[in-house]
Amino acid sequence: MNLETGVKNTWCPRCGHFSILAAAKAVIQELIEKGERPEDFAIASGIGCHAKIVDYINVNSFYSIHGRVPPTISGMKIANPDLTVIGFAGDGDGYGEGVAHIVFAAKRNIDITMIIHNNRIYGLTTGQFSPTTPQGQKTKSTPYGNPEYQLNPIKLMLGSGATFVARTSSFDLNHMKEMIRQGIAHKGFAVIDVVEPCISFFNATDYIRKNAYVMENHDSSDINKAWERAGEWNYTLEGKIPIGIFYKEDKPTFDELLLKGKNLRKS
Amino acid sequence: MDVSILVGGQAGDGIKQAGVIIAKIFNEIGYHVFIYDDYQSLVKGGHNFSIVRVSDEKVHSHNDHVDLLVAFNQDTIEKHKWRTKETIYDSDKVKTDGTGIPAQSWAKGKGSALLRNSIFIGAICKYTGVDLKIAESIIKNSFHKLLDENMEALKFGYDSVEKKHDFKKIGEPREVMTGNEAISLGAAAAGMKLYIAYPMTPASSILHYLAKYGEKLGVVTVQEENEIAVANMAVGSCFAGVRTMVGTSGGGFALMTETVSLCAQSETPVLFVVSQRAGPSTGVPTYTMQADLKFVLNAGHGDVTRVVIAPGDAEESYLLTGKTMNLAWKYQIPGFVLVDKHISESTFSAELGEVKPEEPKLWDGKGEYGRYKLTEDGISPMAFPGDVYTCKGSSYEHDEKGLTVEEETDMINKMQEKRLRKMEVLREELKGEETVKVYGNPDSKVTLLTWGSTKGACIEAAKELGLKVVQLLYLEPMPMWELEKHLKGRVIAVEVNATGQLADILGIKEKILKYDGRPFTPEELKKKLEEIL
Repeated sequence: MNLETGVKNTWCPRCGHFSILAAAKAVIQELIEKGERPEDFAIASGIGCHAKIVDYINVNSFYSIHGRVPPTISGMKIANPDLTVIGFAGDGDGYGEGVAHIVFAAKRNIDITMIIHNNRIYGLTTGQFSPTTPQGQKTKSTPYGNPEYQLNPIKLMLGSGATFVARTSSFDLNHMKEMIRQGIAHKGFAVIDVVEPCISFFNATDYIRKNAYVMENHDSSDINKAWERAGEWNYTLEGKIPIGIFYKEDKPTFDELLLKGKNLRKS
Repeated sequence: MDVSILVGGQAGDGIKQAGVIIAKIFNEIGYHVFIYDDYQSLVKGGHNFSIVRVSDEKVHSHNDHVDLLVAFNQDTIEKHKWRTKETIYDSDKVKTDGTGIPAQSWAKGKGSALLRNSIFIGAICKYTGVDLKIAESIIKNSFHKLLDENMEALKFGYDSVEKKHDFKKIGEPREVMTGNEAISLGAAAAGMKLYIAYPMTPASSILHYLAKYGEKLGVVTVQEENEIAVANMAVGSCFAGVRTMVGTSGGGFALMTETVSLCAQSETPVLFVVSQRAGPSTGVPTYTMQADLKFVLNAGHGDVTRVVIAPGDAEESYLLTGKTMNLAWKYQIPGFVLVDKHISESTFSAELGEVKPEEPKLWDGKGEYGRYKLTEDGISPMAFPGDVYTCKGSSYEHDEKGLTVEEETDMINKMQEKRLRKMEVLREELKGEETVKVYGNPDSKVTLLTWGSTKGACIEAAKELGLKVVQLLYLEPMPMWELEKHLKGRVIAVEVNATGQLADILGIKEKILKYDGRPFTPEELKKKLEEIL
């Protein structure tokens, strides 16, 4: 399957989004080779650097608006539950502008996968602080240091009822692929927070490379242990960054409970 | 024969339901009915009333004066005594002249104060000379609790008053429904499979109705976290090929406007119902206004293409909602049903026309698919995820495949022009459709211009004064070709808003406006017209 669109990539050289693109394409390719119909993929993105990803993957897609990816792909899933829908969002998009949407998508446990390009800065608008920018960080809109405390999205998602909460690093392609693979396979709301640098406006490359480590012996079925591990790193520039699945739970999904076996597109 | 009955009491007394049952009784014997419901923004207490008008001719409005006042409490007498000569009241709670029934004590003795409804319904049957059996069968279909006690209550009420009128069966029953029910049914008939909303008066009853009857109609309902999510979920479901409607009022629609623009750019046919209420802001939330006309016509950044209709009663709500759903899909543009509280929540007699889903232009499966293929009429064939590889929708300006363009100015021009071309084709199509209605005296030198809920009052006042009425059904595209034909001589715009928004758009100087949240009654409008004619 040729997943190339031929569109010229305009991300900055060494941008973390490249590895997300590579991982997402590899997993979609894999699934198609295993027999999933290419017609049944539908992806969407919001607005920001991350969002260009829909122009770079040749599958059905909707280039949505800022923050609105969760309702957009939820609408696709409700219309046709046979679709495999994947949403891409940035940290400003997913945890800022659209925070209500991601909380409610998690609360409903709708069977969608959200991949968050979390470089902890607004990139396309040239470097203002985002919901996950550390307190004290100097950015274009906070030249004397960010006066806001950073959000811990793993805790936000755990508190919202997400049934698959994972973190990965843009520097570990295999791990990222595995998280995306499992997130898509998970029946229910899956969120994958990808920690990555913004080469131009918040280059934490060395810090992430040095400190990301894969969690071992973590019981991802225990919400209390998940919460504990989530508190291990608080989106600062200090300490180790655990990556892997924090929490996974199986329960009926919103689309199942709502549609009771119906497919609106095919009825 | 034209009789009006006002039923009044507190929120929680079941006044609204009593009004509906009275209307259904007269509908059963072939009369046209109209109910005006008046209530405040509270759940228990306060003052609620319904005016039920019964006529052997079509009616779309209520009058100030009523023939019979039915008072559940003293408040109803104080507020409405001026409207009437005859009163039936609960003598346990009310002191006044007329026919008292000890309803509260009787009902409580039988186990529920709500039985008062049936007592007064029985009394109204006797008063109007309607066979009690009709009320019995309607109540059996409406109430599920205390059925025997309700039957006794009907009889008790019936035996407590004197017969004054002699209503006989004059025809067969029609449908009796609110504007919101008609909108729901019209959309469903045109293929709606999904309704998404966040509750907001006066649109909420669409959500309630479809949540309750959706299974039967083949419609799934979703309540979302806010109106932004509502509109964007609808974009997703329409993109995936499912006809979707959303509903809200002005404040909620304000949150949706970002997505209106997205619908235009991505050519996604979401159908929006905007049921107006008195603004600005929270305003007078349970009362009516037509002050969101300019807002809806202009909502969305950029050059937004759209179709906007304004039904004036339940029959038009059904037909035009269905029509707009089909047009939205045919032209791949956002559609708008613009109503207000006075249509959404009033109850009408209705004979429903024919509505069915019309297939949009679909991809023939040949060659490589492009979501935004440039065509002569500007309409690109549709295909949906699940059926095609690949379909790419976009909020960005795009090429025929749906891929972003920024530097290709030629393509930017072509896409802008393609979207505008669809509106030209739509305008031509509408020239063959009924876009305005004309009533009354065709030779009159004075024409009343109405849109939406002022229709009923305008038709009746014009009839008494020998005037012509022009009702606009489409507001975008504005049917100038019809208006140029019909708006001659002295034109007076009648609107329920403070600035005369339609008059302003059309450059009409003379206008009669009302903006206290209450609709015009024919009596009131006639008086205002007499003052200036």
